[in-house]
Amino acid sequence: MLEVHDLRLGFTAGPQTLLAVDGISFAISRGETFALLGESGCGKSATAQGLMRLLPAAGRLVGGSIRLDGEELLALSEAQMRAYRGGRMAMIFQEPATSLNPVLTVGRQIAEVLQQHQALSGPAASARMVDLLRQVGIADPERRLDEYPFQLSGGMKQRVMIAIALAGEPDLLIADEPTTALDVTVQAQILDLLAQLQVDRGMGMLLITHDLGVVARMAQRIGVMYAGELVEVASREDFFAQPRHPYTQALFAALPDVARRGMALATIPGQVPALAAMPAGCRFAERCPQVMAVCRAEAPAWREVTAGHVVRCHWQGAAAMPMQTGDADETESAVKPPYLAVDGLKVHFPIRQGFWQRTVGHVRAVDGVSLRISPGRTLALVGESGCGKTTVGKAVLQLIKPTAGQVRLAGQPLEALQGAALRKARRPLQMIFQDPFASLNPRLRIGEIILEGMRVDARGKGNETAAALTRLLVQVGLPADTVDRYPHEFSGGQRQRIAIARALAVQPALLICDEPTSALDVSVQAQILNLLKQLQADLGVAYLFITHNFAVVDYLAHDIAVMYLGRIVEQGRADEVLSRPAHPYTQALLSAVPAPRLALARQRIRLPGETPSPARPPSGCHFHPRCPQASERCRQDYPSGTARSATHTVNCHFPL
Amino acid sequence: MNGWQLVILWSDGLVWLLLAAGLALGGLIARSPPLRVAWQRVGANRIGMASATVLLAFVGIGLLDSLHYRVALDGKPGEPIRYAIEVLSVLDALATPLRTRNEKTYSAPLASRLYAKETLDQPGGGAQRDYPRLKHGGLHLGERENERLADIAFTTFRAVVLAFLGWLAVVAVVASTVNGAGWRKIWRGETAFAWSAVLATLGVLLLVAVPVFSLSGQYHVFGTDKVGQDVLYQILKSVRTALIIGLVTTLVMLPLAVLLGIVAGYFRGWVDDVIQYVYTVLNSIPGVLLIAAAVLMMQVVIDTHPAWFATAAERADLRLLALCFILGITSWTGLCRLLRGETLKLRELEYIQAAQAFGVSSTRIIGRHILPNLMHIVIIALVMDFSGLVLAEAVLSYVGIGVDPTMTSFGTMINNARMELGREPVVWWSLAAAFSAMFILVLAANLFADAIRDAFDPRAA
Repeated sequence: MLEVHDLRLGFTAGPQTLLAVDGISFAISRGETFALLGESGCGKSATAQGLMRLLPAAGRLVGGSIRLDGEELLALSEAQMRAYRGGRMAMIFQEPATSLNPVLTVGRQIAEVLQQHQALSGPAASARMVDLLRQVGIADPERRLDEYPFQLSGGMKQRVMIAIALAGEPDLLIADEPTTALDVTVQAQILDLLAQLQVDRGMGMLLITHDLGVVARMAQRIGVMYAGELVEVASREDFFAQPRHPYTQALFAALPDVARRGMALATIPGQVPALAAMPAGCRFAERCPQVMAVCRAEAPAWREVTAGHVVRCHWQGAAAMPMQTGDADETESAVKPPYLAVDGLKVHFPIRQGFWQRTVGHVRAVDGVSLRISPGRTLALVGESGCGKTTVGKAVLQLIKPTAGQVRLAGQPLEALQGAALRKARRPLQMIFQDPFASLNPRLRIGEIILEGMRVDARGKGNETAAALTRLLVQVGLPADTVDRYPHEFSGGQRQRIAIARALAVQPALLICDEPTSALDVSVQAQILNLLKQLQADLGVAYLFITHNFAVVDYLAHDIAVMYLGRIVEQGRADEVLSRPAHPYTQALLSAVPAPRLALARQRIRLPGETPSPARPPSGCHFHPRCPQASERCRQDYPSGTARSATHTVNCHFPL
Repeated sequence: MNGWQLVILWSDGLVWLLLAAGLALGGLIARSPPLRVAWQRVGANRIGMASATVLLAFVGIGLLDSLHYRVALDGKPGEPIRYAIEVLSVLDALATPLRTRNEKTYSAPLASRLYAKETLDQPGGGAQRDYPRLKHGGLHLGERENERLADIAFTTFRAVVLAFLGWLAVVAVVASTVNGAGWRKIWRGETAFAWSAVLATLGVLLLVAVPVFSLSGQYHVFGTDKVGQDVLYQILKSVRTALIIGLVTTLVMLPLAVLLGIVAGYFRGWVDDVIQYVYTVLNSIPGVLLIAAAVLMMQVVIDTHPAWFATAAERADLRLLALCFILGITSWTGLCRLLRGETLKLRELEYIQAAQAFGVSSTRIIGRHILPNLMHIVIIALVMDFSGLVLAEAVLSYVGIGVDPTMTSFGTMINNARMELGREPVVWWSLAAAFSAMFILVLAANLFADAIRDAFDPRAA
C-alpha cells in the first residue's frame, strides 16, 4: 500500500542542507505493522513528518518518492495533500498532554476531522463520535464528548488522540512513539487497543519507537534505522531470532535483563554521528565491534540474508556479540545496621481554596512510607508516575519538609535539624536527577559545577581541588578537558556522568537516583547503569533508586519496594519480589512490561483504569478499584503488612 | 581666555559612572565565553549594528553635553575669582554660534527673513509692512539675498562631497585594519561583525550630518522658535535629557526589580505576599497621577529652599534626577513581576535542588544559579524600557509635570508646539524636528533591543 523509495530529507543550516534521512526505502501493506526502530537522532521522526509532508520550516524534501496506493504524494499540491492528512493517513504523537488543544472540548476536536474528511456534522457526527470513543475504549462516551482535555488522564488523552486519528478512516496510521510518555500498565492498554483496531480495520501501521519491547509486542516487520539510513529490515521472527547487523545486536545486548543479573551490560561506545560530520563509509563503523578496513572506505550495500531479511553490513558473521559473563556477586552479606532509616514518612500538600486560602483537603503524596537501606546496597523504589516516589526522595533529603515521620541518617534524625546544621547533616546524601538537561546550570563551567559541593565546606584548596577534579572525571569516564567546557556541549549521557561526578564530589554514602536513565537511549542507559554499578563496587555507595523501569531494577537492585498511591504495597529482596510477587499490583506491573523477545505464551494481567488521584484515595485498600481479586473486605480497610519471609512483606488481604 | 571651573552636576556624575560601569561590564563579558558568543551574534545582526551606530552618535552628543563648566568673570586683579552664573557644557562651547545667534522670533528653516511681517521704518521716512531680515540667518548674503537658494545648494553640494570623501577614508581604514576583512568581503557582508551595516549607516549619517552642520554656520537649518532660539541647538540639548531619563531611571528601577523579583520568587511565603501586594498596589494607582503628585511635592520643596542651589542649572538638574527617581519607583513593577515568575520556574529546576542538597546557602544560590540565568531577561527589559521612558518623558512634559522649564527636552519642545500648530500660518518645524529626532532615537533603541533579544533568546540560539 505505502511504498517509500529512496526518501531523502534534510534540514537547511546556512548555505548547505544536512541530510537527516538519507535514502531509505520500505513498503507497508494493508493490515501490516512496520516498526522503525532506532535511537534518538536517527531520523525516525523526520521520516514520519516527511511522509505526512509536515516537515518543520527548515526541513526540505531532497528526493525520492512516497506512493500511497500508487499515488505519488510528493507530486501533490498542498491543498490536495490536506485531503490525505487525517483522511488517508493519520498520525498519533508521543505526548498526549500537548497534542490536544486544551481550550476545545474533546467533541469539537473529533468533529473537526469528521467535518473535514467525512463531511459529517450535526447529529450524524455526534453519533459517529460516540461510536469512535467507544471503539477506543472510553467509558461513558456521551459525557466525555463535552469534556476538556484537562479533565482526562494521560491514557485517556492518548485514546482520544487515537479516536481523532481514526475519525478520518485512514488506511495508514503513523504512530510516533505512541506510548513512550505513558506508564507501563497504561502502555499495555494502549498497545492492545492499537493492535485490536488494526486487526478490525485492516489498516497499515508505521510504528516509530526506540523500545524493543514494544516492537516485539506489535510489529510484523522491523526496520532498524541508524544515522538516517535503514541498516536492517527483517520480519519479527527473524529479527528476534537472529539479528544480523552489529548495531541491532548491540541494542539487544545493551538491554538490562533478569537473565543477565550481575553482569556488566554491553555498551555501544560513542554516539550517533552529527548530521554535519557523516562518515564516508559505513556510518556505524566508528562504534562497531566488528569493524573492518572496508567499512571505513565504502558504504555497504544491501545484502539478503534470508528471504525478506536484508542487512546493510560488510560483516558476514552471524554470531551474537560475546557476552561478558561477569561475576554474579550476590554476596548475601550479613544484615548490617541500616544507614538510612525512614519511618512512617508522610508528605501531605494542602489544597487551598477560596479567598482566605483555607485548606480544604490534602494531596497525600506520600502517606506512611518506611524504608531501610544498608551501606553499599541498592533499594529500588518502583511505581507508576504520580505514586509519590520522587516526593519520597526529596522528603528524605529534606528538600520538601515531611508532614510526619522520621528520617534517620546513620542514627541521626534529620527532620529536627534546621539551617546550617541540616545542610551539614545531609551532605552524605546526594541526588541524581532524571533530566540531565535541567540538572546542570547552563551558565557554569563543568569544573565549577562539579566543585560546587566541595566549595561549600571549603575543604580542598588549589592543587588538592584540581587533583580531586581529575580523579572524579576519571571515575565517571570523562576526558580531562571537560573541565573548562559548558554543559550545552555535551550529550545527555555525558551530562548524566557530570551530574554523577558532582554528587560524588562530596563523598556521599547514599545516592538518591531519581530515574537517572529514563531520558536516555538504550545504549547510553547501559553505560550509565554500568557506571553506577562500578561505583558501588569501588566506593561502597548505597543507592535509593527511584524508577518505573523493571528491567533496570532487575539489573541493579538488591531490594525492591513497590509503591502505589503514596504507600508501599510490597517490599523485599529483589529476587523475592521479581520471581514471587505477592501483591496483585506488582504482578500486573511485571506482566505489563513488554519483553524484548518473541512473546512466550505468557498470561498478561491487564489492569483496568488508571492510578486514582492522591487527593481522594479510594477507601480501604487503595488498589481495590483496579484489583482483579478485590473483595468486600478490600473496600473496607487497608491491609496491614503480611510477612512472606524475613525480608519480604506485602500489604494485601489476599496475597498470592 | 578666562579661567574656568569644572562643574559636576549630579546627573553628570551618574552619566560617567554609567559609562564606566558599561565598559567594565564589557570587560567582564569579553571574559565569559557564552556571553561573548551571544554578543557576537548581536554583532552579526545587520539591523542591530546599524541601529547601534545611530545610538552611538546620540550617546556621543549626550556625553559631550555632560561635561559642564563655569567661565570665570572678568574681575579686578587681587579680588577672588568669581564665576559666571551660567553653567555651560562642552557641547555648548562647540555649538556657540548656534547658542548665541538668537533671532527675534519665529523663522522658517533656512530662511533669511522672519516668519511674520512687521512694520519697518524706511530710511527715507515712512513705514512699510514687510518680513524683516534676520539678524544672523543668511547674513553673509548681504544684498544678494535672491541668491539664497543657489548658496544653499552649493554649500550642501560641497558638504556632501566632503562627507563622501570622509566616508571613503573611514572605509579604507576599516578595510585595512580589520584583520582578514578587505573591502570585497565587507561589501558582500561576509565578515563576522556586520561591518557593511555599520559603514552604510555611518555613510548615511555623514551625508546628513555634514551638510546640516556646514549650513548651520550661516542659516538656522531647522528654523527658530518663538523667542528666536535655534531649533537645531534645542534638539542637540534634548538628546542628553532623553538619554538621562532613559538610563538613570533604569538604574533606579533595576535593583528594585531584580532584588524584589528574585526574593519573592525564591523564598515564596510571606515575603512573596508582601512584595506582590506592594507592586499590585503601585500598579493600581494611575501612573500619571502618582507621578504628578510626586513631582508637584518636589517642586514645592525646591521652591522653598532656593539656597540649596548655586545655579539654575543645578536646580534643573536636581529636578531631572528627581523625575528619573519617581519614574523609576513607579515602573519597576513590570520587570519585577516577570523576574518573579521566571524565578518561580528556575527554583524548581534540578540544578537548584542539587545545590540545595549540597548545602549551598540561599544567597549563593541566588547569586550563582538564579541571577545569571535571568540576565537575558534583564538585558532585554533594560533596552526595551529605555525607549518607553524617553516617550514617557515627552508625555509628562506635555502635561506640564516633566523636566524644569529651563531645560530643553523633546517633551518641552512638543509641548511648545501645541500653541504653534494653532496659529496661522502654522509653525511646523519645531514639532517636526523634535518628532524626527525622537523617532530616530527610539526606533534605533527598539531595533537594537530586538537584535539583543534575538541573540540572547535561548530558544533561538
